Amino acid sequence: MTEIIDIVKGYILEEFLPGENPDELGETTSLITGGILDSLATIKLVAFLEERFGIAIQAHEADTEHMDTLLDIAKLVQSKR
Amino acid sequence: MAATALFSTLEASAARLPDSIAVEEGGSAAAAPGSITYRELVRLSDRVRDRLRRLGVQPGDRVGIHLRKSIDSVAAIFGILKAGAAYVPVDPGAPAGRNAYILADCSVRTALVEERAAGPLRAELERLGAGPPLIELDTVGGGNGLRAALDRADADDPAPPGTSACPRPGDLAYILYTSGSTGKPKGVMLSHENAMSFVNWCSEILAVTASDRCSSHAPFHFDLSILDLYVSLKHGATLVLIGEEIGKEPMGLAGLIARHRLTVWYSAPSILSLLCQYGNLERHDLSALRLVLFAGEVFPVKHLRALQRLLPAPRYFNLYGPTETNVCTYYEIPGRVPDERTEPYPIGTACAHVQTRVVDPDGATLPAGQEGELCVTGAGVMQGYWNLPESTARAFLVDADGLRWYRTGDIVVEMPSGPYAFVGRRDRMVKRRGYRVELGEIESGLYRHPAVREAAVVALADAEAGVRIKAFLACREGARPSLIALKGFCAATLPGYMIPDLFAFADSLPKTSTDKIDYQRLQELP
Repeated sequence: MTEIIDIVKGYILEEFLPGENPDELGETTSLITGGILDSLATIKLVAFLEERFGIAIQAHEADTEHMDTLLDIAKLVQSKR
Repeated sequence: MAATALFSTLEASAARLPDSIAVEEGGSAAAAPGSITYRELVRLSDRVRDRLRRLGVQPGDRVGIHLRKSIDSVAAIFGILKAGAAYVPVDPGAPAGRNAYILADCSVRTALVEERAAGPLRAELERLGAGPPLIELDTVGGGNGLRAALDRADADDPAPPGTSACPRPGDLAYILYTSGSTGKPKGVMLSHENAMSFVNWCSEILAVTASDRCSSHAPFHFDLSILDLYVSLKHGATLVLIGEEIGKEPMGLAGLIARHRLTVWYSAPSILSLLCQYGNLERHDLSALRLVLFAGEVFPVKHLRALQRLLPAPRYFNLYGPTETNVCTYYEIPGRVPDERTEPYPIGTACAHVQTRVVDPDGATLPAGQEGELCVTGAGVMQGYWNLPESTARAFLVDADGLRWYRTGDIVVEMPSGPYAFVGRRDRMVKRRGYRVELGEIESGLYRHPAVREAAVVALADAEAGVRIKAFLACREGARPSLIALKGFCAATLPGYMIPDLFAFADSLPKTSTDKIDYQRLQELP
């Protein structure tokens, strides 16, 4: 889990929060409802996760219920590996 | 008289095709879609009308709608119109404070609200000194939430069945709030005649029939919804509702278009760009599509070309017009986009129900070939902005014959072959995902943050996203918030499409000699 979180966190910081202090992005920081990931960013993140972890994410999973925090995302990825 | 009422579209089709499906809810592959026949939709909207009357709603009143897109919200719209009132749809995903401002601004008599949103909305309304009674729905979907709410109300206090109002052509049908440069959204007032003149023009051009299956992609607080709702229902077609969540989701959307065998698609270009990049269109059978309509922003040619390669059969139309006029010019893309073409397609020529002309800054008409501001007059043009007589006066140019011409703020040029080409804006409004965004409204939002001393926002062209919004901030010493905190603050106060993509910080922002923010020099900052 920690490994997945670190990889996803690195990607989000680099792509969507350039210049942000990594300590500010916690495991439970709201990504979608917190305005960090908009719809285009969410699509790019899904494409990244599918490629990086060799998994398939369904359309209905790319939402606030499954992907709003690093922890949610790690659980989603873990469940598919 | 009755044929001028916007709800006559539904009534006429219901008389002709009572058992046809009027509205279908397009969900995920797993969920069974809810649907409703024309006969049932008339009945359900009649019940809404009667309940509203019982609550004291009079012709000329406003009634708010804070519901996710559903059969319930469609029935609510028609019920409000039948009561002779104007509907005011708000974005159920927007912050409660913004929605309460809108509903208080036009002093709605009541509003239909989903229970999950009612608490915060009521609190914000009370803070503004407004307390209209809210009609609460436990949930929405299939019309069931609305039926249950009406049943509950009837059990306490039955609403006697009445007849529908007979609105005059100039009576308000709906108010759509758009971004305002002063930081407050402003209400665009549209009448039955405004909408019907446009709907009737669509009938001529699009030739929709009862066998069509039309998309409803845009939310109801967005003016693209007028074509979706009333053109589809006027012709006895089936309207397929696409909810906010799946609407943003290109991977799910292609499957939805195929599954529901959509024949008419209408949306902002941004989702079409995403569909051809991420939608795996080649894996789905979209052969039923005969019309692809887009409006709201410039469609980048490379994405349009890619879309046409994947979907060669439909006719493609670029529709143009601000909320104040709805569609006022149109252009059919002739054949395939050539490989070498890079410039965007024109916005086209005036629709038959309006007239257009291009003027210089003094309002004098310019000849073809010269750049100027596009002005529009005729049956489609709004009544004005709610409660903003000065903004309304500024929005119009009155000619020697007393005709009111709406100034679009869009700079265009009439091409030698006849259609208008879009050149740019004369102010600080940009289009993002089809929504109009006043950069000034984002700045006002940022100034509400206690740490922000100065804020300035610019729009940057972006090949992928169309436009990216960058905010420059000067913060109080030692109080600079993190990017995450800033984005979270924006998400709580602004609609999602207004949240800046990028933030930059400076000790102070560059000023002109008159001490205004110097937007030119701002662009040079890192």
